[in-house]
Amino acid sequence: MTALDFTPAPGAAPMRQMITAQAVMETRTLLRNGEQLLLTLIIPLLLLAAFSLEPLVNFGGGSRVDFLTPGIIALAVMSTAFTSQAIATGFERRYGVLKRLGATPLSRAGLITAKTATVIAVELLQAAVIVAVAAALGWGPHASATAIVSVPLLVLLGTAAFSGLALLMAGTLRAEATLAAANLVYIVLLGIGGVVFPLTKFPAGARPFLELLPTGALSTGLRSVLQHAAGLPAGNTVTLAVWAVAGITLAARTFRWE
Amino acid sequence: MVKRYGQLTAVDGLSLTARGGEITAILGPNGAGKTTTIEICEGYRRADGGTVRVLGLDPARDGRRLRPRVGVMLQSGGIPPSVPAGDYLRLLGRLHAHPADPVALLETVGLTAAARTPYKRLSGGQQQRLSLAASVIGRPELVFLDEPTAGMDPQARHATWDLISGLRAAGVSVILSTHFMEEAERLSDYVAIIDRGSLVASGTPAELTGSAGQLRFRAEPGLDTDSLLTALPPGSAAKESPSGHYLIEVHGAVEPALLAAVTAWCAERSVLPSSLRIESRTLEDVFLELTGRELRG
Repeated sequence: MTALDFTPAPGAAPMRQMITAQAVMETRTLLRNGEQLLLTLIIPLLLLAAFSLEPLVNFGGGSRVDFLTPGIIALAVMSTAFTSQAIATGFERRYGVLKRLGATPLSRAGLITAKTATVIAVELLQAAVIVAVAAALGWGPHASATAIVSVPLLVLLGTAAFSGLALLMAGTLRAEATLAAANLVYIVLLGIGGVVFPLTKFPAGARPFLELLPTGALSTGLRSVLQHAAGLPAGNTVTLAVWAVAGITLAARTFRWE
Repeated sequence: MVKRYGQLTAVDGLSLTARGGEITAILGPNGAGKTTTIEICEGYRRADGGTVRVLGLDPARDGRRLRPRVGVMLQSGGIPPSVPAGDYLRLLGRLHAHPADPVALLETVGLTAAARTPYKRLSGGQQQRLSLAASVIGRPELVFLDEPTAGMDPQARHATWDLISGLRAAGVSVILSTHFMEEAERLSDYVAIIDRGSLVASGTPAELTGSAGQLRFRAEPGLDTDSLLTALPPGSAAKESPSGHYLIEVHGAVEPALLAAVTAWCAERSVLPSSLRIESRTLEDVFLELTGRELRG
């Protein structure tokens, strides 16, 4: 047995070190997980490639990849911040991981910061890969200079909205129910959220409601900035902000750590 | 301390002090309130009544100050299933200011070969050992171990006992719950026996077992134990249970004269006792005496 010094020397590590350590571990866990990678990277890329290369859907003229890329970015945000985060958090609750972390010096605020950093790190990775593949497929964004601000803002608001909903679901439902519901919501919003199927294809009466869904708001907002060179789309921005505030408030009130 | 879950009173006026630098065992049958008591001290639950102080602080209020100083081993789980053992221990180390060396600690708990194995593929005993290592990596002043050796094979159990003794030698206070008598008897400086949420006895293992002696032997079934009793000092007890197994209990140690009396009694009847053993009362005897022998549903 190695001589090990157990003489008490208690103390919390600096907050930054704790958050970094936790975020690095969560990111590695996520990237190691095959199903999560399928959800966050492979499905978005397959949809992007398939719908760009073949005229599977009539987008009403214009470049297919120009239409698709903003929608695929919205899908990528949803898959990471909502589906993947809800499932991971649900199982962490179920396995007592959150309970055990609650006994360490890492505070709840520190843990939430680490989780946010993880989501953003994965999103940056997704963005890099999606932009590269889209560029290879001939993507040419039509954006004004303000896009440099409005795209990150829309993505951040979307991330906050999806994260709130993910934690609302994971903090109240059983892990298996979260797994099923998060996947179902993903499929439904992929279909009706303006990701690959244009919202203009839906009945005119339904469209305003579909744009009020977080996925519809994010995909439409990103499309007006990246495809139509518009400024910050006020309606979509407000929609995402309302979802973010409502989701996070409800999640904070209902979340059960055990 | 009082804790109720709806109609059920899980902890019913339990009063207990664990001294610093010692190993205190909370011993009790399943459902006695051990985990509830420990989880209140860890700050996971709030007591409905009474006063709880851990290192002089209130765990329900001063969690932020207590957490770096206290190590926690949950009864089960708490570790992400897909994370390798070594990575998990390294992460927990990074949450503390002066952690123990994770590589050396992994070796101490016998998990060096399993460092790259995800938690979910470790055996039950290995999972327990990783959880134990995680509870002490932050060099805490005090550790709470909730049934630390449950599910371990004898080798792992002994290695774990060595580690826990090592903690005390280094000046760490240990509070552990267990329903293994041997664990409480060998390891702890102080034992609190709880049942149905209340303290039924407490003291050092020697105090609890007292000096009561036992003499056991096997012989043909159906000997007249009443006549044996008349040959023994007053206050002794003699019984046959199960058939052919005889037990004599006396106050104080078993004296040579008692042994002589028993063997003389056997000789008068031309009975040859076998497997004759002289023992002192064990913690298990005390425990069963206090908490009863019936099975709990």
